[in-house]
Amino acid sequence: MLLKPGTRLKSAVCATEVVVVRAPADELDVRCGGEGMVLLSAPDAPGGSIDPMRAEGTLLGKRYADEDLGLELLCTKGGDGSLSLGDTVIPVKGSKPLPSSD
Amino acid sequence: MHLSMLLDMAAEGFGDRVAFGSKPDGLTYAGLRRAAARAAAWLSSRAIERVGLVDVNSVAVPILLYGSSHARLPFVPVNYRLGDEQLRAILARTAPSVFVVDDAVAGRVGRIDGVELVPVTRFFAELATSSSDAVPAPDGNPDDIAVLLFTSGTTGEPKAAVLRHKHLGSYVIGTVDFMGAGEDEAAMVSVPPYHVAGISAVLTSVYAGRRLVYLPAFTPEAWVALARDEAVTQAMVVPTMLGRVLDVLARDDERLSHLRHLSYGGGRMPVPVIERALAMLPHVDFVNAYGLTETSSTIAVLSPDDHRVAIAATDPAVRRRLGSVGRPLPTIEVEIRDPYGIAVGDGESGEIWVRGDQVAGEYLGRSDATTDGWFPTRDEGVLDDGYLYLAGRLDDVIVRGGENISPREIEDVLVAHPAVADVAVVGLPDTEWGEKVVAAVVVAERATVTEAELQAWVKVSLRSSKVPQDVTFCDALPYNDTGKLLRRVLRSELAALRRDRREGARSGSG
Repeated sequence: MLLKPGTRLKSAVCATEVVVVRAPADELDVRCGGEGMVLLSAPDAPGGSIDPMRAEGTLLGKRYADEDLGLELLCTKGGDGSLSLGDTVIPVKGSKPLPSSD
Repeated sequence: MHLSMLLDMAAEGFGDRVAFGSKPDGLTYAGLRRAAARAAAWLSSRAIERVGLVDVNSVAVPILLYGSSHARLPFVPVNYRLGDEQLRAILARTAPSVFVVDDAVAGRVGRIDGVELVPVTRFFAELATSSSDAVPAPDGNPDDIAVLLFTSGTTGEPKAAVLRHKHLGSYVIGTVDFMGAGEDEAAMVSVPPYHVAGISAVLTSVYAGRRLVYLPAFTPEAWVALARDEAVTQAMVVPTMLGRVLDVLARDDERLSHLRHLSYGGGRMPVPVIERALAMLPHVDFVNAYGLTETSSTIAVLSPDDHRVAIAATDPAVRRRLGSVGRPLPTIEVEIRDPYGIAVGDGESGEIWVRGDQVAGEYLGRSDATTDGWFPTRDEGVLDDGYLYLAGRLDDVIVRGGENISPREIEDVLVAHPAVADVAVVGLPDTEWGEKVVAAVVVAERATVTEAELQAWVKVSLRSSKVPQDVTFCDALPYNDTGKLLRRVLRSELAALRRDRREGARSGSG
């Protein structure tokens, strides 16, 4: 699907929710737990299960990014599935915290 | 990147932590989310388009900020120190709206069409007894306006800077680690809620999970007492506050052992003050932050390490960085451009242009001030070896005999004189030069100095065209309540003083 900053997605097979921070202007196959993610506003469709190969889990507040592609997702609710783009895992983005200025 | 979503994450991740107030009885993140949802229900029962606040800092600030976000309405914190007429005019521009106000405000501004005024005590009472269930958080649009801030308006009618959810959200996500604060951390906020730093402090503290305590009215004594009593670990001050805080610390022999991190910004920090702060508080990390309302707060920082390296350096090029605002954030692009909009080279002076997801550069009812996302700040500066040096507002540049002179450079020299406590340099009309350089000087306690001595002092470091032609001694310089020097006010005061003198001389000789 086409993503833009602010788009919110949920996993079809676990509790994971993400928001798009950055995205390229291409059709993307974002999955969680091996199943395609759906818009947060979409009705729940129970029945699927997590692919055991995609069960590393997601953590609230972590950013997941494919730097080459320009895709970045922020996890707004953690779950048991892991995020992938097609079959490629989307790694956690390393953070270099800035000194606070507030 | 809706702000409601960021609060939901905090409530989900660390709901039981205290978000605002003292540890034993403060408001938790889960409590804040409930209060915001209840405030949203309260707001949604009204036919309004904006939500405002005219009061000092209190827990009403985060409740209204997130409550209006939840209700998809812009939040408009307004300066309670404005004169009655100006306050009335600004409130009228927000109609239809509801304003939570200090109890005295209703009497000050009277009735305004389309603006409902609710005293803050009644607001809290109605929230507490509200039986209406909070509406579920809507899936907010990042393009919605989150906050409107009326800029200090030193020129003409105040402009309302527009900050959308995507701007503030990008700033928070791009600069703060979610839940990055330890449980013992506490931030003290003493800048008012209508200042962009007052808004960004709420947003970043909530996202980091850092408890926030408010100092509603700044005095240096109260600042030190609250920092001590609440075991405050970090705070942000404007430059005028820091010098006064250091005086109290020195007098009381207090060093605030819990304090780990102090950031400053919002105006020019005299290098002698920051040198004194570094020497007095060696356990504290100092950060100089540069940002504007239109950029959702901070866009460049001089880090704690930069401070330590600069203060210890013998190389003047490194030492000089203490007078810079540091390096742009990784998420921000900075260019220095000439008056035609063409980028200039490293070390050359020009206007600071910035671009990034947090940069709004937009005012209500005016056309977008950005070009391809680039926002001209009207600040003059230099990028040198990656460090950004501010020269001042472009509108403050003195043009003397065709030469552009930045007041800042002369002020930096004068403030280093031991007899000078505070100084501002402005241009005044001059028949020979177009403008002439005039300095207003506040002399340090128990010190004396003459005009000729200060002129000689400047001449040692700068060329003669930059030596102030007049030096006027005064008791204090005019600042607004967020520590910004009011150059326009000073210019007209100095001009009036010169007129009086001329007339005095004329009547004396006649």
